[in-house]
Amino acid sequence: MAVVTALWYFARGTGVVSLLLLTGTMLLGLLGPLRVSSDGWPRFVLGGLHRNLSLLVVAFLGIHVASSVVDTYAGIGWLDAVVPFGSVYRPVWLGLGAVAFDLLLALVVTSLLRRRIGHRPWRVLHWLAYACWPVAVVHAWGTGTDAGHGWVFLLTLVCVAAVAVAVAVRAVLGPRRRARAERPDPVGTTANRPVAYPRGVAGRRGAAS
Amino acid sequence: MAVTAPHLAVDPIACQAHGLCAELLPGVVTLDEWGYPILPAGPVPPALRAAARRAVNACPVLALRLATD
Repeated sequence: MAVVTALWYFARGTGVVSLLLLTGTMLLGLLGPLRVSSDGWPRFVLGGLHRNLSLLVVAFLGIHVASSVVDTYAGIGWLDAVVPFGSVYRPVWLGLGAVAFDLLLALVVTSLLRRRIGHRPWRVLHWLAYACWPVAVVHAWGTGTDAGHGWVFLLTLVCVAAVAVAVAVRAVLGPRRRARAERPDPVGTTANRPVAYPRGVAGRRGAAS
Repeated sequence: MAVTAPHLAVDPIACQAHGLCAELLPGVVTLDEWGYPILPAGPVPPALRAAARRAVNACPVLALRLATD
């Protein structure tokens, strides 16, 4: 009995953490193209954090799914984690979780293979993030044991508000930032100007790979 | 048959002046007044290969590459 209860708590806890991490990933992704940076917060930190947080989400979702399935009380099967709307237990709410999980896996895999896929197709595919995150939130809100009340409910509201603000800022400032980066003649001369490698410089350590 | 050592190259059309390459390769990649990279010519020194690869992978628009041609 104690083990079963622990599994259920585990599923709930990792679910909440996953939602927070996914929201963090979403926020970092939204801010990326806005070119925010400072001396202590260079651009590659944002990109690296976005990437690493997303991988952390996958890890936490792995535990979230595993603990939900291993806990036999609700009767959730392994297939229900990836095949939506087939479960006996709350098919719609759980199905939305499966949809979000599938979308996230697609986002992660295509990003890891970005170089093979090419920038433009990858970018188009990455718009799926705008579907993944809301579906995950609805799943959490709909079936989360803790979602309807207390601090988890507040936390969900904060997540939704934060992403809404970030989307608005991105929508307003994003195109403007891009326009400013454009220079009159993109086929530059400076980009091809030969300069020599300076002696004794090493790249930054611990940078995003 | 000699294998050509890779050198840094940028696709000037794809580049959007995000500037991550200059952050990751300070003192190697400098930016022009619009924020576009100025790359050193010639093969990347062995000590800088790993950093160069990181910069290539970090480019948000995949404009930077290590070319062997």
